[in-house]
Amino acid sequence: MTRPLVLQNLRIVDPSRSLDENGTIIVTDDGRILAAGKDAQNQGAPAGAVVKDCAGLIAVPGLVDARVFLGEPGSEHRETIESASRAAAAGGVTSFISMPDAEPVIDEIALVEFVQKTARDKALVNVYPAAALTKGLLGKEMTEIGLLRDAGAVCLTNGRQPVHDTLVLRRAMTYAREFGAVVALETRDKYLGANGVMNEGLLASWLGLPGVPREAEIIPLERDLRIAALTKAAYHAAKISVPESAACIRVAKESGSSVTSGISINNLTLNENDIGEYRTFFKLSPPLRTEDDRVAMVEALASGTIDIIVSSHDPQDVDTKRLPFADAADGAIGLETLAAAALRLYHSGHVPLMRLIDALSTRPAAIFGLDAGTLKPGARADIAVIDIDEPWVLHKETLVSRSKNTPFENARFTGRVVQTYVAGELVHSA
Amino acid sequence: MITFPHRHLLGIKGLTEQDITLLLDRADEAVKISRQREKKTSSLRGLTQINLFFEASTRTQSSFELAGKRLGADVMNMSVGNSSVKKGETLIDTAMTLNAMHPDVLVVRHSSAGAASLLAQKVSCSVVNAGDGQHEHPTQALLDALTIRRAKGKLSRIIVAICGDVLHSRVARSNILLLNQMGARVRVVAPATLLPAGIAEMGAEVYHSMAEGLKDADVVMMLRLQRERMAGSFVPSVREYFHYYGLDAEKLKAAKDDALVMHPGPMNRGVEIASEIADGPQSVIEQQVEMGVAVRMAVMETLLLSQNQGPRV
Repeated sequence: MTRPLVLQNLRIVDPSRSLDENGTIIVTDDGRILAAGKDAQNQGAPAGAVVKDCAGLIAVPGLVDARVFLGEPGSEHRETIESASRAAAAGGVTSFISMPDAEPVIDEIALVEFVQKTARDKALVNVYPAAALTKGLLGKEMTEIGLLRDAGAVCLTNGRQPVHDTLVLRRAMTYAREFGAVVALETRDKYLGANGVMNEGLLASWLGLPGVPREAEIIPLERDLRIAALTKAAYHAAKISVPESAACIRVAKESGSSVTSGISINNLTLNENDIGEYRTFFKLSPPLRTEDDRVAMVEALASGTIDIIVSSHDPQDVDTKRLPFADAADGAIGLETLAAAALRLYHSGHVPLMRLIDALSTRPAAIFGLDAGTLKPGARADIAVIDIDEPWVLHKETLVSRSKNTPFENARFTGRVVQTYVAGELVHSA
Repeated sequence: MITFPHRHLLGIKGLTEQDITLLLDRADEAVKISRQREKKTSSLRGLTQINLFFEASTRTQSSFELAGKRLGADVMNMSVGNSSVKKGETLIDTAMTLNAMHPDVLVVRHSSAGAASLLAQKVSCSVVNAGDGQHEHPTQALLDALTIRRAKGKLSRIIVAICGDVLHSRVARSNILLLNQMGARVRVVAPATLLPAGIAEMGAEVYHSMAEGLKDADVVMMLRLQRERMAGSFVPSVREYFHYYGLDAEKLKAAKDDALVMHPGPMNRGVEIASEIADGPQSVIEQQVEMGVAVRMAVMETLLLSQNQGPRV
């Protein structure tokens, strides 16, 4: 970046400082925040600064998406690191954690370095690789957790695969603890609901589809939480979908375990009825649950029991989605729509804006130790500028992501990201 | 007359500071014998020693064999392949069979914790535990102590860092007991996956970093990491283990300049210890082997010549 930047006349919402006030953001020529808030208004613009009037807009710390699946390496026709980064920029996501589910699986130092190097060369936003907890994500042998951490892996996860073997999990978490690594896991029982493709219940029965009972998530989660308590490791329940899981998390937190949890934006904004007539873009893992579940999860998010919201961006092509529902792959893209979909929770009055931005930016940065999620002076100037009341409709043709499997096709949103800055550089404007 | 109130040596547990000092003092004498041209004495002449090894161990078995022979005893080796052993029942049966041959001392190595103690209840001679499962290996701890005492002049108030696979190590358990009994400060340095539950209450300060655990140590004692535990089960890989826990010149710098480097053997070079360190000036690994024979001479002489002097413990 060559010129300083000044964003004037905007509302600044920065959960890292519990700050919500009208003011100015001044960014230095090395891409760092000089000042952000009311007190920045009278400082005057640095010499040669680009000054933008942002009347009516809101600036928040750039979003941090802690769960993004990529196609690179291995399935570049679905998504590359570069294309995902453009989709992220379009959605106000300035940092994301890439999952190790690739071909080959990111379970070696050289592969972590590959992701970092590719991101450094090609990505518009900050890409932080997560490394596999077990070799090949097979759940049998732990990876080189220490060396992977030292190489820059921000957390250990088994990606889409749960770890079924409690002995392996115990040892890996015990070992990870010494390196201060957060272990982020999805929970899905190996047997219960193993052939399920959507939420178990009346709807699945009418559709003639095998169901995934909620217990398939809760039972292994309870098990994992006991192992977290035993090993005293930092455990992150990556994608919970039912209120019983949130209750388990609350109890674990109250008992002093180092436990956090996340939820996919899809489980906060959609429910099983959206599947309609076998629409495979709504085939997700964990599955979309009932409307009662969704409402309860929004409450759990507002209360902080659920710490963060993720897009769980998972690009799938026609080869994996244009299939009978039961045969189609799980997953939906979400980087571009994360902020807009999340703002539904604000507009409906269920989650205050401060808490929402906290869950989308400040909190995930804190959990995974990223230099992000704040507009504090000195921080990297990663900023999303939002027009919170702008109505718009998502058209498939405008999607930046290389894959188009969005569950929000033709959806109406209120509020969109109009400018995205990474280290003070404008990487997206609408 | 020797006053040693034990009939068997089943572990370090139960030995007093006096007991240990007595064994080490006698071992010092035995070192002299081993260094003479005429290495054979007659103190155990006419007595029979049986080495009963259910677990293969060339080094320990030959050390015991040589010790017995230098004391003039008749030594018989019985190696029982582990695969043919049907645990408890066969162990007792074997013991009763051997007992009928009137040995004076049975040296036992077995893969199950408590095996030596079980045998001791069944036979009428002395039993020396040469390693039982992950429980104890008392003569190893004694030879380690002898090596340290001869180099440092004392055991009290020295800092000993025991590094590596403490979880599976009978050597570590015996050493922790002995060194605490003698007033040394014991540290363990290992990834948490290789430490037993409750290690902090076992008389050792716990460290997970070599730099911190070795700081100002007088002795660095490395433990063997078995191959099957290296690849993703207890630790991720040999590469990662050596990187964080393998003893190399860089990590050894944290210890005192004259710190001793020890290893019970057999070593995995490049896994828990770098070759340059194993063969370097601070290494006393070969002395440990020499002290092993001396300590075993001292143990058997003490047990056999002081028999009936105290309670049958």
